[in-house]
Amino acid sequence: MSRQSNRTTDSKKMNAELFTLTYGALVTQLCKDYENDEEVNKQLDKMGYNIGVRLIEDFLARSSVGRCQDFRETADVIAKVAFKMYLGITPSVTNWSPAGDEFSLILESNPLVDFVELPDNHSSLVYSNLLCGVLRGALEMVQMAVDVKFAQDTLRGDNITEIRMKFIKRIEENLPAGDE
Amino acid sequence: MADDVLFEFLHMEMVSHIYKDQASRGEMDKDRATCVSTLEGMGFRVGQGLIERFTKDSPSFKDDLDVMKFICKDFWINVFRKQIDNLRTNHQGTYVLQDNKFALLTPFSSGKQYLEEAPKYLAYSCGLVRGALSNLGMDCVVTAEISLMASCKFQVVIQKI
Repeated sequence: MSRQSNRTTDSKKMNAELFTLTYGALVTQLCKDYENDEEVNKQLDKMGYNIGVRLIEDFLARSSVGRCQDFRETADVIAKVAFKMYLGITPSVTNWSPAGDEFSLILESNPLVDFVELPDNHSSLVYSNLLCGVLRGALEMVQMAVDVKFAQDTLRGDNITEIRMKFIKRIEENLPAGDE
Repeated sequence: MADDVLFEFLHMEMVSHIYKDQASRGEMDKDRATCVSTLEGMGFRVGQGLIERFTKDSPSFKDDLDVMKFICKDFWINVFRKQIDNLRTNHQGTYVLQDNKFALLTPFSSGKQYLEEAPKYLAYSCGLVRGALSNLGMDCVVTAEISLMASCKFQVVIQKI
């Protein structure tokens, strides 16, 4: 009886495992293809970007979040709504720069690295670099140019996983020539 | 959690990356086969991992048909959020699994549009099934075919040793 009910509630989690394992297979494949960690990082970021520009539409449609007034609100939405919705975690937002244009997301657990250990010869591989691309791509679609990178990563022996986000500029909407 | 969207997008990126990567190396004809086998190989490894976790609490299987039923039901629900619509077998080691609304194809079209592109998006899933069956002790060849969009048939042929 208990087993049966377990199985149904676990189905969401199982699907997350599919994502985690698929991501693992992808990173493995990229490592094989490029044999160079920097290049793998770049590819992951690029793929993340492509995902982000499409994911933002899904996100806006599902969450009914409106336009953000400032970068602080953006940070809140990312951490409390977006991360929760797609990865089931709520990172904390800390380390604001005095100018309010930079902050850190602290991830207590990172679902992408659930079954992962990095071998020694991949010291410069940023395993979850896809996330940076996703964030950058998604924010670009709401007229925000942002620099995203991993500052710390538990996979590489740090105590926490930290994603550093820096606001660069607001992207002006390009009106077609001759259009007011 | 809405991670099925994540998986779908990731899968699309994966397919496009592998095909782009191969296309840039030239020799298109040979490459089509390598692309499929790369994707299939990735799926295989993931299928192996998934089945270990799915069958953690399930009772052991009676026979091959029992295994196939598990794949059609529990495995498919966990991975693609629905059951296989139709399972047929010739009782000699060939099974045909038909999904009338395959999750990875539904966003494309519901007719003949993009029919040529569609097979790219099945290789990974074939691998998933083959990997799962392989870890349950069944060596198989899994292929897929589409006649009309979003509906596809997976054919599983058990290899006799």
